[in-house]
Amino acid sequence: MARRAILATAAVVGLILPLAATASGQEYLIGVATRILILALAGLSLNLILGYGGMVSFGHAAFFGVGAYAVAILAYHDTMGEPVLTWPIELAGTQSAFVAWPAAMLISALFALVVGAISLRTGGLYFIMITLAFAQMLFFFFVGLETYGGDDGLSLWARSSAGPLDLGDPATFYYLTLGLVALVLGFKARLVAARFGLALQGIRDNEQRMRALGFATLRYKLAAFVLAGAVAGLAGALMANHSEFVSPALLSWQRSGEMLVIVILGGMGTVYGPVAGAIVFFTLEELLSQWTTHWMIVLGPLLVLVVLYAKRGLWGLVEDASRARPLPGKEERRGEPAS
Amino acid sequence: MLIVEQVLNGLQLGVMLFLLAAGLTLVLGIMNLINLAHGSLYMIGAFVAASVAGWTGSFVLGLLAALPAAALVGMAIEVVALRRLYARDHLDQVLATFGLILFFNELVSIVWGPRALFLDTPRWLSGAVEILPGLPYPAYRLAVLAVGLAVAVFLAWLVRRTRLGMLIRAGATNREMVAALGVNIRLLYTLVFGLGAMLAGLAGVMAGPIYAVEVGMGEHILILTFVVIVIGGIGSIRGALAGALLVGLVDTLGRAFLPTLFGAAMGPAAASGVGASLASMAIYIVMAAVLALRPRGLFPVHG
Amino acid sequence: MSTALLDIAGLTKAYGAVIACDHVSLTIAPGEVHALIGPNGAGKTTLIAQIAGERLPDSGRIVLDGHDITRLPVHARARRGLGRSFQVASIFPRLSVLDNVALAVQAHAGHSFGFWRPARRDEALRGPARATLARVGLAARAEALAAALAHGEQRQLELAMALAGAPRLLLLDEPTAGMGPTDTARMIALLNELKGDVAILLVEHDMDAVFALADRISVMVYGRLIATGTPAAVRADPEVRRAYLGEDEVA
Repeated sequence: MARRAILATAAVVGLILPLAATASGQEYLIGVATRILILALAGLSLNLILGYGGMVSFGHAAFFGVGAYAVAILAYHDTMGEPVLTWPIELAGTQSAFVAWPAAMLISALFALVVGAISLRTGGLYFIMITLAFAQMLFFFFVGLETYGGDDGLSLWARSSAGPLDLGDPATFYYLTLGLVALVLGFKARLVAARFGLALQGIRDNEQRMRALGFATLRYKLAAFVLAGAVAGLAGALMANHSEFVSPALLSWQRSGEMLVIVILGGMGTVYGPVAGAIVFFTLEELLSQWTTHWMIVLGPLLVLVVLYAKRGLWGLVEDASRARPLPGKEERRGEPAS
Repeated sequence: MLIVEQVLNGLQLGVMLFLLAAGLTLVLGIMNLINLAHGSLYMIGAFVAASVAGWTGSFVLGLLAALPAAALVGMAIEVVALRRLYARDHLDQVLATFGLILFFNELVSIVWGPRALFLDTPRWLSGAVEILPGLPYPAYRLAVLAVGLAVAVFLAWLVRRTRLGMLIRAGATNREMVAALGVNIRLLYTLVFGLGAMLAGLAGVMAGPIYAVEVGMGEHILILTFVVIVIGGIGSIRGALAGALLVGLVDTLGRAFLPTLFGAAMGPAAASGVGASLASMAIYIVMAAVLALRPRGLFPVHG
Repeated sequence: MSTALLDIAGLTKAYGAVIACDHVSLTIAPGEVHALIGPNGAGKTTLIAQIAGERLPDSGRIVLDGHDITRLPVHARARRGLGRSFQVASIFPRLSVLDNVALAVQAHAGHSFGFWRPARRDEALRGPARATLARVGLAARAEALAAALAHGEQRQLELAMALAGAPRLLLLDEPTAGMGPTDTARMIALLNELKGDVAILLVEHDMDAVFALADRISVMVYGRLIATGTPAAVRADPEVRRAYLGEDEVA
């Protein structure tokens, strides 16, 4: 069972990584791993709509960026001692993770609701271009927002406060991120095998048939879109904390493209794929950029080759290997949460 | 006076967008292919023109070198990669052409270095023309307008009146039929792609003296081009023209007047910040409004 | 005709200059099998699409069981008891056969905003789905991937999906299209078993199937209904013979 073995290994490596990195004097690895986990989280949220819902969103970085900015702006106002809003209600800034992070998820979800309500009415090519355009719109919104640094971005004084946890400690922040990724993984595994998840996969496979069966498909697509937006917002909140800095680059269209790459590379419509994709993508980036500053010239064509010849993605290959000896007459679909 | 100038600026941005949108929408409508690397062809056109003009001192020679260069690069990527993507879904096309953008950006920065180049306005167009009494306007920008409109007329003629245009229109609706007529559809597609690439290259050359020639210049304008196509309707040349002019005008006028307008209405400097933010968002708001009323654009193509 | 299950009056739909559906009026009684025949391009699929809600008519009225559904969206009509099969088998290829039917059950089992409980262990969905699969003779293939089914099996699966919602009216667009003689015979037998339980509007080119199943037949030519009646009456109708059946026998 290649699948089990890889999952177990990944869990062990994930848990002992900070200890090993500290022991070997390579603490910077903890930061690298945290960054990978955060982008894996963003990839997980995109995979929900892309892999399970068939919605090719080319603007997912927008929700990621909005989440990051939400945390940064709340923290900025807290530091300055100025309220975020004075009208219609007075709203003070905060550095508390327990307030700011859920707020980031909520605001990202609201943006996703608006963008989704407009763009999901269309489909195919239009959907791709519209999601891209809305992300670009938010990008320029933040570029123009001089109060919060505009093009230059905004620095945070410190990471969010989280009760007894010191998020400024790299290992603590790493374990918190790892825990959140595990939580989202678990929730997603349940979700895609629940009624909602099956409905979503039905829409991906054949939306016309779903409507003819009696599903108000737009409602389910929008719900998935909003949910994905919220999780992307959480990833953004983590990223703002991780780098203690936000800038419009977080919402850039290259970032959206990167998220698509992570999901495809890992394997669309598989629960663990985006995590595998993020690990491989950023390890590759790290290795190639050590070798040459012009590493994109290798990565670009590599991406073309993956699309042309390895569409199932890495986790897809793992699953194929695990599926090579299925029980007679009984595929693994029943019982086990779809992987 | 100012408003006339800004309208002309808007139309000039509009025709540049049209040059890009025309090629992109043809490829979208006929081959059903979404090509993100279209902006790379625009960049290549600008870089080739800037270098050749730099060596020879002639803008025209730069232009003459850039057009075939963009067309050749376009046809090369069609033959090597994109041809294999026609039958794939849009997601595959997005990813593969995203890969091509990374490749071309890096290639250009290896060949030309990371710094921006400058393409000088040709001397015979460097003056100004007095379009209204007391209102001079750069001759070069007027020339850009003229070239753009000429291309629009040429494309309308090509698609409506020529055998190639007939094949293009037929190919969009019925691939098998055109193939049955004994037309080499692969070659036809490569040619259409080359044509689109050349138009993108032309836009890049014309942009050269106005904007900086730098790595990544194709991407921002590519997304504007998508907005144009979404507004106009995928596959429609007419829609591309209407959408391009609309986007050009809204963007230019918004940037020119919204900040002052907000400043006048709301007073302090903070308001002009809001105005500037809104101005850069204006075209996207227009796009959302068009879509809310007409989800398939202003000039939907049947089918 | 106040007892009619489906009552269509003056339905008209034009595409540019082509009138695909020209003042069509038609009723279907509860439990009736009503066949719709006519040459290719007569507008049969357009009529089905309007009843199902995929196309909106330019004018006219569609009443299902006393409720005007002319402007309702597709899914709302399905929830009111319209089941449907498509001309080309329309299934969920990447899901299992049982999943396909369970989704159809789920469509009629309240909302689908269940985010946590595993739907594949939900007997309220799986039980009826298995029973429906058994009814169309696909019980043995329940765990197969839908994409792996043979063509005839996919049509059976589609019928099972339509039936799973316990519809009052089934719209079947050429259920035997592309089938060999064995599969066709099995499909006809299947539909025969349904007779009386559920009303069926059947578009079909196979005249053996039509005369074996239909209580009444309507003949559509160039967007117009030229005749409606019992099989015997339609067979004897001179206009029908001229416009349609004669040609078919030659072909």
